[in-house]
Amino acid sequence: MPTVSRNKSTVIIERPLQKEPVCYHCGTLCITQGIAIEDKAFCCEGCKLVYEILNENGLCDYYKLQSHPGLSQIKPVRNDKFSYLDNEEIASKLYKFNDGKNVIVTLYIPGVHCSSCMWLMEHMNRMEPGITESRLNFSTKEVTIRFRKDIVSLRKVAELMATIGYEPYISLDDADGKERKTYNKKLIYKLGIAGFCFGNIMMLSFPEYLSGDASIEHKYAQLFRMFSLLLSLPAFFYSGSEFFISAWKGIKQRMLNIDAPIALALLITFTRSVYEILSGSGSGFLDSMSGIVFFMLVGRVVQERTYRSISFHRDYKAYFPIAVNVLIPSGIENRSIRDLKEKDVVQLHNDEIIPADGVVIKGHANVDYSFVTGESEPVGIEVGGLVYAGGRQVGEQLTMEVTKPVAASYLTSLWNHFSFSKNKSRQNDANSVTHVLSRYFTYVLLTLAAIAAVYWAINDPSKILPSVSAMLIVACPCALLLSTTYTNGNLLRIFSNNGLFLRDATVIEQLGKIDHIVFDKTGTLTQGSTHIEYVGHQLSEMEKDWLAATIASSKHPYSRALATYIGPRAAISLSGWKETAGKGIEAYICTDRILVGSAKFIGVPGEGKEREQGTVYVRINNKVTAFSITSDVRKPVPIMLQKLRKSYSMSLLSGDNDRQKDMVKSLFSLSSAMLFEQKPIDKLHYIEKLQAKGAKVLMLGDGLNDAGALQQSNVGITLADDINNFTPSCDAILDANKFALFPSMMRLARSARVIIATSFIISIIYNIAGLYISVQGKMSPMIAAILMPVSTISIVLITTGLGSLVAMRFGLSLKSNSAAPGK
Amino acid sequence: MSAFYVLVVASIAVAGAFLGAFIWSVRSDQFEDKEGSAMRMLYDDEVKQSTNKV
Repeated sequence: MPTVSRNKSTVIIERPLQKEPVCYHCGTLCITQGIAIEDKAFCCEGCKLVYEILNENGLCDYYKLQSHPGLSQIKPVRNDKFSYLDNEEIASKLYKFNDGKNVIVTLYIPGVHCSSCMWLMEHMNRMEPGITESRLNFSTKEVTIRFRKDIVSLRKVAELMATIGYEPYISLDDADGKERKTYNKKLIYKLGIAGFCFGNIMMLSFPEYLSGDASIEHKYAQLFRMFSLLLSLPAFFYSGSEFFISAWKGIKQRMLNIDAPIALALLITFTRSVYEILSGSGSGFLDSMSGIVFFMLVGRVVQERTYRSISFHRDYKAYFPIAVNVLIPSGIENRSIRDLKEKDVVQLHNDEIIPADGVVIKGHANVDYSFVTGESEPVGIEVGGLVYAGGRQVGEQLTMEVTKPVAASYLTSLWNHFSFSKNKSRQNDANSVTHVLSRYFTYVLLTLAAIAAVYWAINDPSKILPSVSAMLIVACPCALLLSTTYTNGNLLRIFSNNGLFLRDATVIEQLGKIDHIVFDKTGTLTQGSTHIEYVGHQLSEMEKDWLAATIASSKHPYSRALATYIGPRAAISLSGWKETAGKGIEAYICTDRILVGSAKFIGVPGEGKEREQGTVYVRINNKVTAFSITSDVRKPVPIMLQKLRKSYSMSLLSGDNDRQKDMVKSLFSLSSAMLFEQKPIDKLHYIEKLQAKGAKVLMLGDGLNDAGALQQSNVGITLADDINNFTPSCDAILDANKFALFPSMMRLARSARVIIATSFIISIIYNIAGLYISVQGKMSPMIAAILMPVSTISIVLITTGLGSLVAMRFGLSLKSNSAAPGK
Repeated sequence: MSAFYVLVVASIAVAGAFLGAFIWSVRSDQFEDKEGSAMRMLYDDEVKQSTNKV
């Protein structure tokens, strides 16, 4: 890697504050001034550094493809974060290919979101000659890098990516050789082949449609029929196998699914066509049969829309790091988490996850358990205290001794307790409206066919076979299947364009049945960004400048919140600065002393409850003031809840204490239940209780503490600020920026059933018309060949059109406007 | 009317060639990353050295 020359002569722009500068790299508002190169302002040193590296390597095209393509670098990556990759044993688990010299590795880069990212990822060889090739799969956000092991190490590659803002996410899952989610290649083959057969059979059938009976010479007719028969074989046996397999699976479980009548119709159409052609008595219905297979497969491809970059089935392994620093007599060793044993001494840095339950030996632990318990305030733990796996250390370096291996930790047992109901998807599928309707449909059809058979057996036995087979061919419920697959496929697309990503199509129907919504508070209704108020007296403008300078380089969440609150200020140089983790900051401007931190730190008598209230004290010389920082309700929440109140009953569950009860209370109706200090298991039981009363429950949560409730509920939605971040296993992921649209989406999901029912009625009309014709014995291959595509296309148009129309009326956008889901 | 046979065989052969092309495209993973390919083709890669060195 070329050396990075840090630019020393940064220009301080003294521009009036009216025009708020945005970072040239990442587009965030510049809070601190003075970080700039020429006319380009940056929000932090990190962003500036990335710009410098790119500029030096002639990679500034990056900024031309998209404006502000970068990711904020305000949180720097620790220097030795990837040191574990130097451990060959760990690194080799990630290699896909390794011949001792060339190595191929695939890394997941959550930050990738636009064409600039892609361009940069594929031009990394300009920055690091050891990299021979890098290629990004945009759909999965995975970059495959081929590099020379003798020139550059995997650690260097990972660090380079982290410096330019694309930190690879390496978790325990990668080391376990987790199966990569791939797209359904077989389905695409089947679709292509069905289309090929359908088109060609249609072409060969045209002479017959147009000629009537007489004019086409018999030998040509027979030739064309034989060709059609040949072409229909792959359509029937290969492409159609999709339906036969599914139908057979259903029958084995003693259940008639929608594919059963379709498989029956295909089988009868094919047998009758083969018989007609070979006996020379007719031309069969092969064109219609292959057409049905083709259109139904198109529907399936549309419905099988998968979000490969989003994972809905993550477990704790994806959350855990792959290795930790273990202190051994001879120094520090990187050890894979799997090999972590009792009595191992582990060193943790700021922002690292505690891998196993243990005891603090050295340092002041300040653990953020929000992901495990839902409590948002970090917990302080002194030497000798217990810490639990899954927490995140905030602040100084921490040394702990492992008391239980990873597999036996509290978090893991919690997780294993929750992952019982695995086959939710299949259960949903079996009870879906389509399958219920198709079951009735099949019974009615079989009864009718039996009656017809009995009738003809009495009157004219020679007509049993033709009439019964014609009925079964015509009354194929493919229109019903088509209407559901296309409706669902279209809705999945609309939902994802509006920021709601569903696991699969069965979730839509479940969403439509919901009558009770349970909210989690912390992280769901409230968010990280905070609400700040002065508790003491106001600061003067100059004092604000001083305060801004003091907190500018602190990474404590309160400092960042305070900096945003004060806004951009003039740059002032400090003559002294020191941050004591967990306590506060001390700074000097000339001879003026500024202290920011806890009451104890700045030397005033605290009221004892400052922890809870999140109060930050500021002392400038002898003047003391304070700011109260509370987590804020997300902006769209009040209006959203008001809308939902009309059609749903609601509850609130919170892992937090009830200090914000009054604020939240005003948002809910009086009848809504509100429970505080709920443990994960309490949340799960609460949902079970609601379900026992017959409610269909939607759980909206965000963290691991909701994992059990998300699993237990009929639909579990995870709200995520960044949809690529770790989320617990769930049915859908909702982009937090699109929270305001949530009520509209719920309404759309309810409409889905009406749309499917409408198209079902239309398909019944087609069926009746078809039956009417076939009963009279007038069903010719030509009429079948016209009726089939017309009914199919009209149903596809009606269902997708209705879906889009309804979505538009509810204020949802139809076009994809989130080209940057990672941002 | 032997032209008829030739034409039928020819048309099937052409269609078969397209089918072959389709199978090849699926096999070579061209359906794997549809978004990425759409962006990749837009890069004009001239080798540029630092545009405005600071």
